[in-house]
Amino acid sequence: MRHLLLASAALAFAAPAAAQTVAITNAKLVIGDGSQPVDGGTVVIRDGRVIAAGPGVAVPAGMRVVDAGGKWVSPGIFAGFTRMGIVEVDAVNTTNDASAGSSPFHAALDVAPAVNPRSSPIAINRAEGVTRAVVAPETSTGSIFAGQGAIIDLGTGGNGVSRPRAFQYMEYGEDGGQAAGGSRPAAIATFRNALFEVAAYQRAPASFLDRGKDALLTRADAEALVPVLRGTVPLLVHVERASDILVVLGLKREFPTLRLVLVGAAEGWMVASDIAAAGVPVMANALSDLPASFEKLAATQSNIGRMKAAGVLVGIGTLGQDEARQARWVKQYAGNLVALGRIPGAAGLDWGAAFATISSKPAEVMGMGADYGSLRAGRRGDVVIWDGDPLEIGSSALNVFIDGVEQPLASRQSRLKERYWEPKEGALPKAYQH
Amino acid sequence: MRTTFLLGAALGLSACATTGGKAQTASSDPAPAAGPGKGKGYSHDPYPSTYHAYPGAPTLVTHVTIFDGEGGRIDDGAVLFRDGKIVALGQNLAAEAGVTVIDGTGKYLTPGVIDIHSHLGDYPSPGVQANSDGNEATGPVTAEVWAEHSVWPQDPGFGRALANGGVTTLQILPGSANLFGGRSVVVKNVYARTMQGMKFPGAPYGLKMACGENPKRVYGSKGRMPSTRMGNIAVDRQTWARAQEYKRRWDKYEEKGGEPPSRDLAMDTLRGVLDGEIRVQNHCYRADEMAIVMDMAKEFGYKVTAFHHAVEAYKIADLLKANNTCAAVWADWYGFKMEAYDAVPENLAILEKEGACAMIHSDDENGIQRLNQEVAKARASGIKAGFTVSEEAAWKWLAINPAKALGIDDKTGSLKAGKMADVVLWNGNPFSVYTRPQMVWVDGALLYDANDPKRRPVSDFELGQPGEGDTK
Repeated sequence: MRHLLLASAALAFAAPAAAQTVAITNAKLVIGDGSQPVDGGTVVIRDGRVIAAGPGVAVPAGMRVVDAGGKWVSPGIFAGFTRMGIVEVDAVNTTNDASAGSSPFHAALDVAPAVNPRSSPIAINRAEGVTRAVVAPETSTGSIFAGQGAIIDLGTGGNGVSRPRAFQYMEYGEDGGQAAGGSRPAAIATFRNALFEVAAYQRAPASFLDRGKDALLTRADAEALVPVLRGTVPLLVHVERASDILVVLGLKREFPTLRLVLVGAAEGWMVASDIAAAGVPVMANALSDLPASFEKLAATQSNIGRMKAAGVLVGIGTLGQDEARQARWVKQYAGNLVALGRIPGAAGLDWGAAFATISSKPAEVMGMGADYGSLRAGRRGDVVIWDGDPLEIGSSALNVFIDGVEQPLASRQSRLKERYWEPKEGALPKAYQH
Repeated sequence: MRTTFLLGAALGLSACATTGGKAQTASSDPAPAAGPGKGKGYSHDPYPSTYHAYPGAPTLVTHVTIFDGEGGRIDDGAVLFRDGKIVALGQNLAAEAGVTVIDGTGKYLTPGVIDIHSHLGDYPSPGVQANSDGNEATGPVTAEVWAEHSVWPQDPGFGRALANGGVTTLQILPGSANLFGGRSVVVKNVYARTMQGMKFPGAPYGLKMACGENPKRVYGSKGRMPSTRMGNIAVDRQTWARAQEYKRRWDKYEEKGGEPPSRDLAMDTLRGVLDGEIRVQNHCYRADEMAIVMDMAKEFGYKVTAFHHAVEAYKIADLLKANNTCAAVWADWYGFKMEAYDAVPENLAILEKEGACAMIHSDDENGIQRLNQEVAKARASGIKAGFTVSEEAAWKWLAINPAKALGIDDKTGSLKAGKMADVVLWNGNPFSVYTRPQMVWVDGALLYDANDPKRRPVSDFELGQPGEGDTK
């Protein structure tokens, strides 16, 4: 009996061997591109990618067909800013690979090898419909550069990393100033000096000797920043204050090849037209509305709505909001932006636009909209069937597909719930109930 | 003026310095007379509430769905309040002359949200070091500190909790660095110039205690006791033993007179707990530790009113029920430290199913703005797992249950005739993510109206700053 139970438990965690080719029919379909849901939709995924989605889409013969029964079907959630997969328990240092305060390296640090697709937050968020996530390293004192982040998938089949070294992450504003030695001017000087050094490295890599741990920029750091200077990978800059945002936009004029992304931007609404004019996208927190610091005095939940109205490309991230494990909260945040539309004087989003801020928009902000975040043809087959409106509290993911492969939805939380649903101990201790 | 007041309080005397016959204290009433006599050895209320209700119009809200906060529900109901108090609720209430009538068709009406665990004012926004006043982390036993002496009544967070969260009452606690963190204070969510102007009249004090990782980490890293969980309990027990002795000395003095024992402000607080006058609000995550703490309470003759952050409460729902101890929990926080590793989203539902006293709490300046959504999440998790809690029953988790744990359920926490008119009109079902407060009354005074920019608080700190007066 016990062996049977064990076997079934093990199966629940094993990667299912489902095909990467599947059609989901009879859906209340959300494309994720900002459009409103449509009834009677179909999604067709072949070899892990969407080949068609919409009403009236025909299902090719011989495919596995899943009838959604009129339920909501959407792209998986693309979590715009997290530290998922590189932290198990924040307060247990050995399980926390977000930052490396004692390392001589900064920009060179690469989170990809640290990503653990079996960490518990991955399973918990997967069960709530999160299928991809931006995973950023965290700065520590000594450099404004935190290192190279990744795009991860929350599937069980692979190593969890969809795209390693997908961007470089740095701090400006209050945190950047402190990391650089104590002021914003120090952060700017650090930044400009680093890029001059990178240019020197780029001209003659062989002559750019390793300068040791006391160098302003090690050889490995210079090498890691080359694609940033070239603009082949984005530079995510955490910045909140309106005047600081303008300074960062100014850096793009000085180094025109940079592909900047603003992260945070609590006061972005105050300079939204400048951000839009510069063509720089933003990954913003949705519900930040407190003057939590002097760089966020004008924080408001209307920030995203106002920036979008001004023409800024903006997605939802969760900077400083338990990045290690609560990516699932972005659904609730997007729903709140819809609610905001009913408050006089506030700027919210309509439902389609709100859903896009947690699907296609963050993917586009990262320059990866062609691969992730929507059900338009050509995108990865990340699809969720929900039992209700996915932005509404209480809705659950019924089926989660990543790259067209259906995923298990169990986690250690669901196992604990099953064990303690009846809290009292029985004929044997709880440790024997599994 | 303040010097006179503090001195008078410290001496345990009635206010003796007067000008023009009027007592010179932050409150306008003289301090209560001191001993001798049972309970009169020293003032138990030297910083009294000066809160007053603001004027409100007699108001009838009609055609609303009502959750009364005690598990009751009225569809197409009406609520009448006047002079700061709930007068009546029912399905057909006639509008008398001079009563403001609000048509609430399609809307919901509830008692104001109560957050039993907040640090607003003690860890205010902006969260700079100069404002960080929530943890007296200089010794594991600081029962002598009172959170109210740190509260900055201009924290912008109060206004957000009111406007976005419908929060009308909150308990502000000192932090969890210490085993005995100090006294809490309960406030009404109404801006005032002074802390005392917010203080909930007649609310008992709480004693914040903490078990688990925080005290052992803070003091262990300083190379002093406690550095382990066994050290935590050892220091706790030694302190309670001292408190029992202190209580014996003061009880004897107050009964029989003689030379007064020397004052110890920390022991005053613990004596208050042993006398049942002060409630223990105990930060504790793990099931096994909560069980030990409940036995420690029996050993020394006190009661734990509520465990806060009780992530593993679901594992011992039966023990909590048997001990008549409440659990205040989050909907879905987990994993940020080892003692938060075993969280389940069904925590509240399992507690309710087993008949234990349970409630939501925030411990967070953002979470306090959406406690209705946190309850909605917890309820949904229970339903999904097979235990249906009705909407009106779930509202107890944000209303009467925290009111009971704070000892103010005779005054607020539900919509009952005679109680404070702390009322929220929601612009839809408050269990939906798409719903926000439309109007919030505290003691019958309209203090937030989504349609009226003049009914939107702007704290002193925000005045003249970027973003002043925005909808937020």
